[in-house]
Amino acid sequence: MSSGDVPAEILDELAALKAENFSLKQKLNEQVQLPMSLEEFKRYGRQMIVKETGGVDGQMKLRRSKVLVIGAGGLGSPCLPYLAGAGVGQIGIVDNDVVETSNLHRQVLHDSEKVGMLKCESAKEVLSRLNPHVKIDTYPVRLDYSNAFRIFRSYDIVLDCTDTPLTRYLISDVAVNLGMTVVSASGLATEGQLAVLNFKNVGPCYRCFYPVPPPPNSVSSCQEGGVVGPCIGLVGVMMAVETLKIILDIYTLDNFQPFLMQYSGFPLQSLRTFKMRGRQKTCKACGESRIITKDAIERGHVNYEAFCGKRNYNVCLPHERISVEEFHDSYVASDEQNPILLDVRPHHHYNISHLPNTFNLTVKELRDMEGDISQLKSEIPTISGDSEVLVMCRYGNDSQQATRILKDNFNLSNVRDVQGGFFKYIDEVNPKLPKY
Amino acid sequence: MVNVKVEFLGGLDVIFEKQRTHKLSVPSKDGDEVSVGTLIDYIVENMIKNTSDKDVFIENNTVRPGILTLINDTDWELEGEKDYILEDGDIVSFTSTLHGG
Repeated sequence: MSSGDVPAEILDELAALKAENFSLKQKLNEQVQLPMSLEEFKRYGRQMIVKETGGVDGQMKLRRSKVLVIGAGGLGSPCLPYLAGAGVGQIGIVDNDVVETSNLHRQVLHDSEKVGMLKCESAKEVLSRLNPHVKIDTYPVRLDYSNAFRIFRSYDIVLDCTDTPLTRYLISDVAVNLGMTVVSASGLATEGQLAVLNFKNVGPCYRCFYPVPPPPNSVSSCQEGGVVGPCIGLVGVMMAVETLKIILDIYTLDNFQPFLMQYSGFPLQSLRTFKMRGRQKTCKACGESRIITKDAIERGHVNYEAFCGKRNYNVCLPHERISVEEFHDSYVASDEQNPILLDVRPHHHYNISHLPNTFNLTVKELRDMEGDISQLKSEIPTISGDSEVLVMCRYGNDSQQATRILKDNFNLSNVRDVQGGFFKYIDEVNPKLPKY
Repeated sequence: MVNVKVEFLGGLDVIFEKQRTHKLSVPSKDGDEVSVGTLIDYIVENMIKNTSDKDVFIENNTVRPGILTLINDTDWELEGEKDYILEDGDIVSFTSTLHGG
């Protein structure tokens, strides 16, 4: 059959099909060359059109980045959604705590239905819904010297959202040994602090700033000192900003200057940026003669507990203490004996809830009287050297200090500490009282 | 004598009657110049009302570990620490390190 036998309309159709085939192939090729899906273009468009992010190239940097967040609490929970939302490719979350009702005023990533659930799993659920393109790994473990290297190894940036000096030193030390940049932040009450540590393995580390740990008695936790949700939340969000800038190469070896940001929420909000020291030659982790090596950490030779110290709460002998049950049966529920009940919690705690017929003086107020019984009498008129005094606080730690002060400084003979404090009394005797 | 502003941040104001900023005229000890070391002594001797609060601020004759000292918003390590000579209008900030998260 010769071509002349093919009807012209068939030839036309063939030509049209060839043209269509060519253009489809071209379209397909174009799509293959796109660095991400059309949905991702839409999703990240508003941040890509901000010139500073570097557009598609910047977005690719975010997608390739692997960020480890340690702690999904007051700092981690406001930070995480912004990292996931921005399209950080892989996020690891380390936290072995479960969600508690008392967390929810600030850890707004979680919710009331998640009480009792692991924080890292709760976070993963929310983040996966927010951005399914992000790979999320969870580590429901307490970070320590034996597991840190294994966990850190898969990531390139670490966010320190933890709450004790011990883990802060550990995170910094491990990051230095792996050459990772750390975004470190903390907060308490209405204030917060933030720093970028070991920047590109050249900047100062946590030990450069704090070669000597603070005395354990000066360290306050959120549980103890309290914290205002949006104040710590703002600092967590600032961590996300710093992390994006590190990934997008906004900070470079040429322009990076060590800093510490100090946020104050009250009375007027303020944010200060302090210019900080560089890497210290004498630093044991990143200095010229390094003692804190990977080997030393993993073998447990760096004793973080001994270095950071522990508070010694147990300063009362067994006969100087009374259980909450005995306290209730002999004193609260009985009219026979009339001891002086002294609650040593801070006044604003006391005002939230307290037992009837109690006096409220803090440990500091007692200590400041310097053993002067007349000053004590002006607050508690009936008190004398042989009065029976029972002391309580929130958990039974401060009350032991107060018992010591009353016995040793004021020479009161009959003082006892209510073991476990007001909260234990609520838990075991009277759950109708408000616990906060 | 030098006129400076002193700030106590990160909760340190507790031992300074809850006042975060103080304007001070610090007398010199020997001669005209007043160093940050002299300022620290002045604070300990004149501004901490309670003897037992001194440990919160000072340890081994220097600012307690965990407190950062800043001179005009710069880490004092970069400015000569205690030897820095104060000038009128300088701002010296002490901030307690926070650990909560």
